[in-house]
Amino acid sequence: METLEQIRDRIAAQFGAGAVTLVTNPGPAAQHSLLLASHAARDIARFLRDDPGLRLDFCSNATGVDWPDKEIVETTKTTQPDPAGGPAKVVETKTKRLQPGCLEAVYHLYSMALKSPAPVIIRLRTVNRTDDVTLPSLTPVWRSCEFQEREIYDLYGIVFTGHPDLRRILMWDEFKDHPMRKDYVSPDDYEWEPTPHDDVLERAKAHYPAPSASTTQTPEVTK
Amino acid sequence: MSATLPDINIALPNGATARRVEDEFHGDLLEISLGPHHPSTHGVFRMNATLDGEIITTLKPVFGYLHRNHEKLGETNSYLANIPYTDRLDYLASLTNNWAYVHAVEKLAGFVPTERCEYLRVILGELSRIINHVCLVGFLLNDLGTSFTPLLYSLRERERMLDLLEELTGARMMYNFMRFGGLRTDVSADWLARLKTYLEGLFARYLDEQDALLTGNEILLARTQGTGVLKPGLAINAGITGPGLRASGVDYDIRKVDKYSIYERFDFRVPLGEHGDTYDRYMMRMLEMRESVKIILQAMRDLPEGPVNDPKAKSRGLRPKAGEAYGRIECPKGELGFYLISDGTPNPYRYRVRPPSFINLTVLEDMCVGQTLADAVITLGSIDIVLGEVDR
Repeated sequence: METLEQIRDRIAAQFGAGAVTLVTNPGPAAQHSLLLASHAARDIARFLRDDPGLRLDFCSNATGVDWPDKEIVETTKTTQPDPAGGPAKVVETKTKRLQPGCLEAVYHLYSMALKSPAPVIIRLRTVNRTDDVTLPSLTPVWRSCEFQEREIYDLYGIVFTGHPDLRRILMWDEFKDHPMRKDYVSPDDYEWEPTPHDDVLERAKAHYPAPSASTTQTPEVTK
Repeated sequence: MSATLPDINIALPNGATARRVEDEFHGDLLEISLGPHHPSTHGVFRMNATLDGEIITTLKPVFGYLHRNHEKLGETNSYLANIPYTDRLDYLASLTNNWAYVHAVEKLAGFVPTERCEYLRVILGELSRIINHVCLVGFLLNDLGTSFTPLLYSLRERERMLDLLEELTGARMMYNFMRFGGLRTDVSADWLARLKTYLEGLFARYLDEQDALLTGNEILLARTQGTGVLKPGLAINAGITGPGLRASGVDYDIRKVDKYSIYERFDFRVPLGEHGDTYDRYMMRMLEMRESVKIILQAMRDLPEGPVNDPKAKSRGLRPKAGEAYGRIECPKGELGFYLISDGTPNPYRYRVRPPSFINLTVLEDMCVGQTLADAVITLGSIDIVLGEVDR
């Protein structure tokens, strides 16, 4: 089995150096991953599946991760000489920087043909969390992503282009939000559920128009 | 009039032919919704099927009736407090859920379980597999119309094993028994001896009885052979794991591939099917139970003395270093994995369950199209789902 660095170099040689970045995992598990550029992701996925040295034919786990916008405070220390001639003062200046957030899709790949015990992990990131949340679907490459990408769409709101049947899967169809996002606000009252009923009543008004304001008489009920 | 009508036979995907009927109903498709409350769906699962006569033309599963956003709950709990929640995923085999979760946390935090603990986990995990397969075989045969008797025999055996587990853990289904680097309590020699007596005595008799009564039964063969066929290529691509994959002839068992825990020390076989039909999936369970008994007896024979808990492993207030880990085990239904991201706080930043039942349903439509509705019921039964895990 090739190391992740070797896989990265081979992807970079074939798809360009900008297509892949190695993301290190500092924890004891040391399961590092490859961050793929989304424009080339599906081609890279096909390459990973079909390459005779890798044969990652089994996409075990596909899931989303939410990384909200993060305010990073950086402290820089500068020494300023005292104009009165005393010892130099150390001045701390704090600068705030907004690290833009993103939504991430993580795929754990294994090879059933080669029986690899360690996963090859690939990640895709959206541009932001609000208006540009599309990623290429990997369902055409691995069918096992079909329901899992629907679940990511449902719970995180990542829109997978090229998915054959992208609908909500766990929440009901009329549900508006994406509950696994970190900034999701849970409802005040869990008993109340939005149902299509209110919309239906609203639409029904078109059939039974309200009496115009000029008529002062109450409309008679026709028999 | 009738003599002028062409006699047209329609070839079905499974090789059979259906004869076109020329009457006023010809071409009408019937849409029916099986579930969410239907005895064959084993919970609140729904299938929207379109039928041409008795033959299924499309079948769309509908999920979410038992959804409680388990993963969001997991992010609000501490690492230790998640263990009882994992019991509620696949509630027919809770001990393997516990095991998969503590296995992932041990990877995340770098704990190593003690030797005695590993052996006891293998014993309990395989017992859990037996309980799950006993249930599956019973319910599958009930779906086939065997009218309760085999189910009653199966539940009788499950009851005996649940009694043993209740004595050990205090609970019949929600065991909450595994801890990071160990178990909640040690297991007594007396309990192990009684488990051994049971597995070698009554349980062995149950397996033989089930095989003699049903495995070679002509009606069972006629009903299950050739139905719900899953081809190995599709099974791999669709991420099917567990006995359903091995019934299609793909030799992939995580106990053998990952060699997690201490499985490489035991001598056991991985049964493989040939046709990928409902009968092969049924046989996988019957054969795996015998292998599990073999593993348990070997683990009991080699069980070392020593501490059951790793004194260095911290349970309360565990704050793993920032990082992530994916840990997976072979649970009775397939690959159960937990993907955890830690940001150094007492709660997981991301807590993901890779549910085997949910992903195994990806190919339900492919297996059922072209079959009769009655065969769809047993195909679903042989996939083996638990809705606590599908909907999470």
